[in-house]
Amino acid sequence: MQNLLEVKNLKKYFPVKSGFLRRVRHHLKAVDGVSFVIQKAKTLGLVGESGCGKTSLGRTILRLMEATAGEILFEGINIVHLSRKHMNKKRRDMQIIFQDPYGSLNPRMTICEIIREPLDTHNIGSKEEKSKRILDLLDVVHLRRNVLNRYPHEFSGGQRQRIGIARALALHPKFIVADEPVSALDVSVQSQVLNLISELQKKFGISFLFISHDLAVVQHISHDVAVMYLGKIVEKTSTENLYKNPKHPYTQSLLLAIPVADPKQKPQRIILEGDAPSSWAPPPGCPFHPRCPEAKEICREVIPELKNVGTAENEHWVSCHLY
Amino acid sequence: MNNQKLLEVQDLVIEFTTDKGKVRAVDGISFSLNNSETLGIVGESGCGKTVTALSLLKLIPSPPGKIIQGHILYQGKDIVSKSESAMRHFRGKEISMIFQEPMTSLNPVFTIGNQMIDVIRQHTHASKKEAKERAIKMLERIRIPNPERRIDEYPHQMSGGMRQRIMIAMALSCNPKILVADEPTTALDVTVQAQVMAQISELQKKFNTAVILVTHDLGVIAETCTNVLVMYCGKIVERADVSTLFESPRHPYTRGLLTSIPRIREKKLEKLPTIEGTVPDLLHLPVGCRYADRCERVRDHCRLEEPPLEKKDDKTEVACFYPY
Repeated sequence: MQNLLEVKNLKKYFPVKSGFLRRVRHHLKAVDGVSFVIQKAKTLGLVGESGCGKTSLGRTILRLMEATAGEILFEGINIVHLSRKHMNKKRRDMQIIFQDPYGSLNPRMTICEIIREPLDTHNIGSKEEKSKRILDLLDVVHLRRNVLNRYPHEFSGGQRQRIGIARALALHPKFIVADEPVSALDVSVQSQVLNLISELQKKFGISFLFISHDLAVVQHISHDVAVMYLGKIVEKTSTENLYKNPKHPYTQSLLLAIPVADPKQKPQRIILEGDAPSSWAPPPGCPFHPRCPEAKEICREVIPELKNVGTAENEHWVSCHLY
Repeated sequence: MNNQKLLEVQDLVIEFTTDKGKVRAVDGISFSLNNSETLGIVGESGCGKTVTALSLLKLIPSPPGKIIQGHILYQGKDIVSKSESAMRHFRGKEISMIFQEPMTSLNPVFTIGNQMIDVIRQHTHASKKEAKERAIKMLERIRIPNPERRIDEYPHQMSGGMRQRIMIAMALSCNPKILVADEPTTALDVTVQAQVMAQISELQKKFNTAVILVTHDLGVIAETCTNVLVMYCGKIVERADVSTLFESPRHPYTRGLLTSIPRIREKKLEKLPTIEGTVPDLLHLPVGCRYADRCERVRDHCRLEEPPLEKKDDKTEVACFYPY
């Protein structure tokens, strides 16, 4: 199996300035030592609550934000220190789909201009080839060809998200970061877009980093899942393992917190007390211990390491003192 | 025990005037609510569920919105004709509301305490001191740590979940008979969502409040409601008690919604079931059934005449000519 993307010990710290002369007093650790691998034509689902650093991680990988430390190996090449020129070339292979289908499309551009923009930026093809490519892309995302000269406001949320996907596909990328692509959509439309993403993966062999706060959405689309809490990955394994046998107490409570659409099934819920602490002032020891129902003495002092509790073939990584 | 309903909505029509013409956001809906019942209103964006909720407190921005037909009877008295000043005494005391956005529904320049005390003093003769004590008690009840200290804090010093819980505390501080909750957990993280829903149920039991829960999340409905209305394009398409609705949904739209929600499954499916197509534009509604274009059971008749909401058996009412 070939690794397309390998992230090693990636860190993204934001300086927090305050006081006299706006000196840097403190660092907010949005992404704090994250490592994972995404194989060709596979999807890694990244789950976590707001503020856990999942969006920062996605953007850092694409170098929309600069990493503080760590390596990002894309097809074996570390892209962290690539020059602007080389990085721009790499961007053909790495694209992003945003959460907000309203904010991510320029309201003054027609659909044709929006999808053509990446082709223009990277100077790909003649005028005729571009036009043909745009029509092909509309077919791929199941939009009618007559939409070309219309503007984003004429479309529904689901259709806009399809336009965003068409734009991301324009350059034949190998890797796409999908940052909460269905969160803003209605339930009946969510499944349509999820099916489209799976279909595109099969057709074009694209790898995805699929970021979401919704474990139910992630299950359908991912081959592997990583759960993030306060800038760190706390559990990482195959989708099957995670849903059948979640190890980390946080993952367990996340799974149980999802309301079940079945009135006969009484929820057996571990209601977590309090909110997720902010990465601004993470607690000492295990970041989850203040909310953890099984916290022990050691959890308050020592940060647990991410270790493999599965087998070599069937990896199951978890960072918890219980294991 | 008299048989009067706590709240009765009769043939309500709400219209909005837009640049492109008049839009009927709510088109002739009727429903009722009993004491301490929990009624869920479920539907996708634009189906009129929020407008319905707002109308119960006469909070529809007017213009552009207007109730052009129908009655909203609260304990037998119509509130549609009530004046704005009468409504001020009504809101919060008889019917209260919490909103989706805990960030914007509290005033950022006043402390939590100030805002809570205002509500209490508006509706009771409590002195400032008494009102403050009552507010602190309310915060204790929703388990906000250090209520004496936190009452003097501003909304931005609280997390989203805490703000939503404070909204709930505030809404219930004058013992209203009905709490209208419009997507109360949508903006919150799942773990916090569970806390907030548990809080609502707990307080509902304690104060014997009836709740109208507006949401797009069928999971939340299943766990909390006793009866459910399913709305589509300004109409009620199905009404049933919660177990009947989830066990044997009759309307094709309800069925589609139930199967298409992403949920955790035993086995990954090759393809998620979906409802094809999109919700029609309220400005250009089709003749006949509004769901016809997306429906798998559609026949010619559906495109000619609009199905009325009818009793199909003793448990369900459905607006469909060919229900399941």
